[in-house]
Amino acid sequence: MAPVVDTLRLTAEDALGLVERREVSPAELHGAYLEAIGERNDELHAYLRTVETAEGASIPIALKDVISTKGVETTAGSKILEGYVPVFDATVAARCKAAGLTLLGKTNTDEFAMGSSTENSAWGPSRNPWDPALVPGGSGGGNAAAVSAGLAPWGLGSDTGGSIKQPSALCGNVGLRPTYGTVSRFGVVAFASSLDQIGPVAKTVRDVALLYSIIAGRDPYDSTTVELPEPVQLPDAERLDGLRIGVPTQIESLEAIEPGVRAAFEQALELARELGAEVGDCDLPISYRYGMPCYYLIAPAEASSNLARYDGVRFGPRTEAATYREMVERTRDEGFGAEPKRRIMLGTYALSAGYYDAFYGQAQKVRTLLIREHREALATVDVIATPTSPTVAFPIGDKAADPLAMYACDLLTIPSNLAGLPGLSIPCGLSDELPVGLQLLGPQFGENLLFRAGHALERAIGFDTVPTRFRGART
Amino acid sequence: MQLKTRTKMFCRCPVGFGAGENTQTCPVCLGFPGALPVVNRAAVEWTILLGLALDCEIAEHAVFSRKNYFYFDNPKGYQISQYDLPFCIGGKVLVPTADGDRVIGIVRAHLEEDAAKTVHVGGRTGRIRGADYSLVDFNRCGTPLVEVVTEPDIRSAEEAKRFLQLLRQTIVELGISDAEMEKGTLRVDANVSVRPQGSDELRTRTEIKNMNSFNFIARGIEAEIERQIGVWESGGEVQQETYDFDAATGALTPHRAKEEADDYRYFPEPDLVPVEPPPELVERLRSELPELPAARIRRLEAELDLERATVLVTGGLDRLWQETVAAGAEKVSAANVIINAPAAAAIASAPAPELVKLVDARDRIPRTAFDEALSKISEPGFSADPYLAQEAVSDSAELEPIVARILQENPGQVAAYRNGKEGLLGFFVGQVMKETQGKANPRVVSELVKAKLSRSA
Repeated sequence: MAPVVDTLRLTAEDALGLVERREVSPAELHGAYLEAIGERNDELHAYLRTVETAEGASIPIALKDVISTKGVETTAGSKILEGYVPVFDATVAARCKAAGLTLLGKTNTDEFAMGSSTENSAWGPSRNPWDPALVPGGSGGGNAAAVSAGLAPWGLGSDTGGSIKQPSALCGNVGLRPTYGTVSRFGVVAFASSLDQIGPVAKTVRDVALLYSIIAGRDPYDSTTVELPEPVQLPDAERLDGLRIGVPTQIESLEAIEPGVRAAFEQALELARELGAEVGDCDLPISYRYGMPCYYLIAPAEASSNLARYDGVRFGPRTEAATYREMVERTRDEGFGAEPKRRIMLGTYALSAGYYDAFYGQAQKVRTLLIREHREALATVDVIATPTSPTVAFPIGDKAADPLAMYACDLLTIPSNLAGLPGLSIPCGLSDELPVGLQLLGPQFGENLLFRAGHALERAIGFDTVPTRFRGART
Repeated sequence: MQLKTRTKMFCRCPVGFGAGENTQTCPVCLGFPGALPVVNRAAVEWTILLGLALDCEIAEHAVFSRKNYFYFDNPKGYQISQYDLPFCIGGKVLVPTADGDRVIGIVRAHLEEDAAKTVHVGGRTGRIRGADYSLVDFNRCGTPLVEVVTEPDIRSAEEAKRFLQLLRQTIVELGISDAEMEKGTLRVDANVSVRPQGSDELRTRTEIKNMNSFNFIARGIEAEIERQIGVWESGGEVQQETYDFDAATGALTPHRAKEEADDYRYFPEPDLVPVEPPPELVERLRSELPELPAARIRRLEAELDLERATVLVTGGLDRLWQETVAAGAEKVSAANVIINAPAAAAIASAPAPELVKLVDARDRIPRTAFDEALSKISEPGFSADPYLAQEAVSDSAELEPIVARILQENPGQVAAYRNGKEGLLGFFVGQVMKETQGKANPRVVSELVKAKLSRSA
């Protein structure tokens, strides 16, 4: 029997069309993706677990395993949450449900979303569909691999330092990290509260915009959320006339950016000019100099506090011991992997009496400067463009032993995250036959602008999101 | 103090007693992954209201912070509290005394969430050390809690007690908390230090916890003062430590030893935004403030005396007293009746006209009838009349032999009385009242006792 759909090529928008026209039932569609998962997940390890029955009248979705799903185990990639089944849905999960989306499963992530390769997952790494010897990026590598390999039409991830944008780049997907405060964090396992944002991963900018419209908006359960100032618009324009694109002068001297990545990026800028955009310079000196150290004080500090609740008392595995303190120590020692432990220690130190002012306090001041610097840059240009990741996908094991090399993966995604600004990553070409991501950054609530720019560029670039090795596998 | 808001500080679970263990909980107050706090608006308003009553400045920009520590009553691993930017800063409470008002400075009042309740089962002490196991009830976890911190202005245990009575009454009258120490809705930690007379240094202080009545607090402070004086006078040095006061034995024992130094790693709670109370709100709350207890004590003092005024006001009985006096009762008699009523709670809502009748008839009717009437005065449809029909025994001839016998049976007390312990008068009267099963007129008895004791002197 011929397959119902070709999940490798099907966009969410097309899938919705099929369901609306009753050409395919939600259950059939769900089943088709489960079949694809059955075929390719053993190799890619994109999903940690799947949901067999389609509960909903629309198309399927994959959720990163940091998003609480009622009745479905949610581990955040950590042993310390093994067997934890939430009794409530995260707001974003509930909004997906309300929109009729059927939960396909929970996708792999670095433990507590801490990492850039999924190698920090307690359940083993995911693999890049373009080349399974390579990482898919992280922390949302499972989502990115799933979308790229046709194991989900779209998915929701979380982005603290770049966990949506960077894996999207490495797997050839479109990913949006929304403006801080536009999407509820309620029910999403926290890493660094002032940076965590939930956002969509899909094959097209229009799919990303559509999913964003489903999840965005104020949530009374998350005090840091706001109502969108304007409704989400699905982009359709193909020109970029009058759009001012700024390229930070600082990235020119960043040696971490691979030549192939730089070439693909330059080509995308050339296309943008052809579409009528004005491409010029902008200046973000503080961002690239201090963004990383600032992030690696604030994020671990918040993480050290957010991860304190994993004590073995109320949920998750417990290592028994003679006293409460010993029980907590052993539970946490056995439950957390090396990266969360490293960040808990960094963060605890940064918040300690006598060090607070020099570290956490100082980082907050730098963050204020960084916000101002971005605001000033975005007063002269409409969007800022950089490569999303300095490199293409790298081999599994390459950076696992070198935390600093791994941290450098987020060099280009971190500064705007600290500023709370939206960032869209779209595939802009190949380098060494691997996808390269273009990052477009906009002002606060500038998602519609990013969608318009991203959509026009996407059309012009004409990137084929199906990994080369899968092409021709299906018709 | 625990605020009696309808719901908890950061979630919609009900606040209250008596529900089954761990039934008033949700993912937020249990600290489940991904759960986020949402500020209870009523709790913020009540904190501001209290701050205004304590003459504090109300912050234009208040911030919740995380106080990080591990304990099983603290599900998130941090308590959401306030650190450098609390709602209320720098107030004062005036404690009326015979030598004018004592000013007790208020450093701050801040809003936070309560921890869960723990019960340690087994072992001798009821504390965690030596217990077989510990049970945690998260119903209390997340209840709004306001902490008021005073300046080191309190100079004695007695003053501490008076201050607390006044503070408690203020809280109760604002309607923001039941402030009952026995139930733990009002808790007090006392910081104590001593110094040589005339010195104005502040020496190392210790903290006393777990005292569940004002009297225990006073006794705990007294005991700690004695202990510290002993330490200094024997050439030692007081160490900063926390003690539990055991009211039964009067003993101070060191609190659970902390295995790490207190470094709570406070930082602003990133899951909440700063709270900026609008000036209109603060002004509205200010306009809703009732006349405060300290002011009423001074007002009543003019008509009575400081002691009675204080007892009436801090007992929440001054309005009843005023109504009773307005209805025609004699001021001091009315105060005495109200203050000495067996159950303050029962008399607090007494109908003034009936109370007046009882005040007037107090010496005429038997004490048993009087007490019974008082205990029933707040029942619906109460009438004093049946009690007024009874007559106390006021006949000296009938009472004299009883008085004589009581004095004879208590030679020690008689001698003490004659040596100046005139307070024993009440003891003799009490014995006679007991002997007559409350039927004697206490005033007549009192006069007979006095007469007899002075005559034989």
